[in-house]
Amino acid sequence: MSSSTQLTKYQSKVSSKRATAEPTWIRWTLIAIVLLFLGLFLFLPLAAVFTEALRKGYGAYLSALAEPDALSAIKLTFIAAGIALPLNLVFGIAAAWVITKFEFRGKSLLITLIDLPFAVSPVVAGLIYVLVFGLQGWFGGWLSDHDLKVIFAIPGIVLATTFVTFPFVARELIPLMQAQGKDEEEAALVLGASGWQILWKVTLPNVKWGLLYGFILTNARAMGEFGAVSVVSGHIRGMTNTLPLHVEILYNEYNYAAAFAVASVLALLALVTLALKSYIEWQATRAAAVVDY
Amino acid sequence: MMTTLAITPNQTGKTAPVKPNKINKARNVLPGFNLSLGYTLFYLSLIVLIPLSAAFFKTFTLTWPEFWQAVASPRVVASYKLTFGASFIAAFINAFLGLATAWVLTRYTFPGKKFIDAFIDLPFALPTAVAGIALTAIYAPNGWIGSLLEPYGIKVAFTPLGIVIALTFIGLPFVVRTVQPVLEDFEAEVEEAAASLGANRLQIFFRIILPAISPALLTGFALAFARAVGEYGSVIFIAGNMPMVSEITPLIIITKLEQYDFAGATAVAVVMLLISFILLFAINGLQWWSNRHLSSQH
Repeated sequence: MSSSTQLTKYQSKVSSKRATAEPTWIRWTLIAIVLLFLGLFLFLPLAAVFTEALRKGYGAYLSALAEPDALSAIKLTFIAAGIALPLNLVFGIAAAWVITKFEFRGKSLLITLIDLPFAVSPVVAGLIYVLVFGLQGWFGGWLSDHDLKVIFAIPGIVLATTFVTFPFVARELIPLMQAQGKDEEEAALVLGASGWQILWKVTLPNVKWGLLYGFILTNARAMGEFGAVSVVSGHIRGMTNTLPLHVEILYNEYNYAAAFAVASVLALLALVTLALKSYIEWQATRAAAVVDY
Repeated sequence: MMTTLAITPNQTGKTAPVKPNKINKARNVLPGFNLSLGYTLFYLSLIVLIPLSAAFFKTFTLTWPEFWQAVASPRVVASYKLTFGASFIAAFINAFLGLATAWVLTRYTFPGKKFIDAFIDLPFALPTAVAGIALTAIYAPNGWIGSLLEPYGIKVAFTPLGIVIALTFIGLPFVVRTVQPVLEDFEAEVEEAAASLGANRLQIFFRIILPAISPALLTGFALAFARAVGEYGSVIFIAGNMPMVSEITPLIIITKLEQYDFAGATAVAVVMLLISFILLFAINGLQWWSNRHLSSQH
């Protein structure tokens, strides 16, 4: 009697396990397919960048990076990202504040409009600035009369970079601030804090990980943008070349080792971005766990 | 004192009563509405809306036959077919393998899982030009994979197949990242209930799990597709860029620009813009649907 109940117990255990989990061979087949897919599409390209970069040895690698044109491309990349980042950061905070703390008409339309730059092809993003600021554009005549240059110059590159990275910070902050509600802000207000004090001492500390997350995503995209910047830059070596454009020029000149050397710098940047992102996610879940208890 | 105590449970969110919300709506006490809305609209107009409107105004300078000539010439139509066809295939591959990836990452354990999970976002972080030259190096006839395929007569780089490869790469994270959270939140009890009622594993997947994740899966597919349609940087290196064969629509815009055909370039851009607006609204609709789907389950 007792042995039969034990048997049914055992059987039920087995069947429940089989019912909510796949057989081992399916498990491992799926894992193998996924690893093969990711290996082919993620790890192999990354490995190719570094292998090709070092094909002619470390000396060639370093001299490709120390070349004046490469250095000026690095500088311009930092300038473009350095201007686009704070602009979009301030915008992201303002947009998230108005969208999450207030109710008003047309809010969902506003959210959709903020997402627009994600849906626009980078090439089109570059083109619209040519139409506004180019020689044939709306302000082209006025700009050339005053000896100002936007297109085929640094301002155009900054504008195009700002456009393609426009939604990132707002996109990260809105769901986060929505989830946090506005009770803490209201409590601060009751205790006599001013609007700016609430922003600096209550809201921003609460969303710091989301803010940082948006910041590094914006930075990665800003430094790596190719299509939009390519349209407005004019590709003048040493003048209006960002790092991704410099990669293209070297590649088209069949100078593969140098092209991949510069590309490897950008790939390293991507790896740093991924590492920071994982760190921020880890910190954010830890912070959330502390709040929960 | 009593009132403050009554309000505090609000913080946990989920069980927020309707009444306090309504009061908040009626007279919001927080400052900064005018400033933040004003700045948001100003910056949005300056960076996005006014420049985008320039594309439409420029197109209006064309007569209808000129516009049609620009957007419907055989070379441009061939580029639409290629761009949308390759984007669709790439998004489709990503829907299948992305779902498999999300499944494996949420349900199974294997060594290096966390590391791989972090790596999924590589296509977001890696500049497209770098991805383009790296994929070209791999799939070129003398590359790591290209040289393996060459004896069988399969050419990847400099053909439409190469475009599909590049677009699959840049769209890879979308499906994984939209499906993963839904799979994580999926309650084991539902599957156990189905199993106890006699459903087998395949039935549970197709009848219970797939319907629950399908809005997220569709959203991921649409996001990957939308991204692929506009993609330029990673494609131009591997495509070969032969007119009528492997020339994508964004490249057509660049080519027209380089010939100083601003109106023609803008006309093609407007066609692409309209398509991306439609995709954007479809994606927002899908996300709204999937949120409603999720909240109705709880």
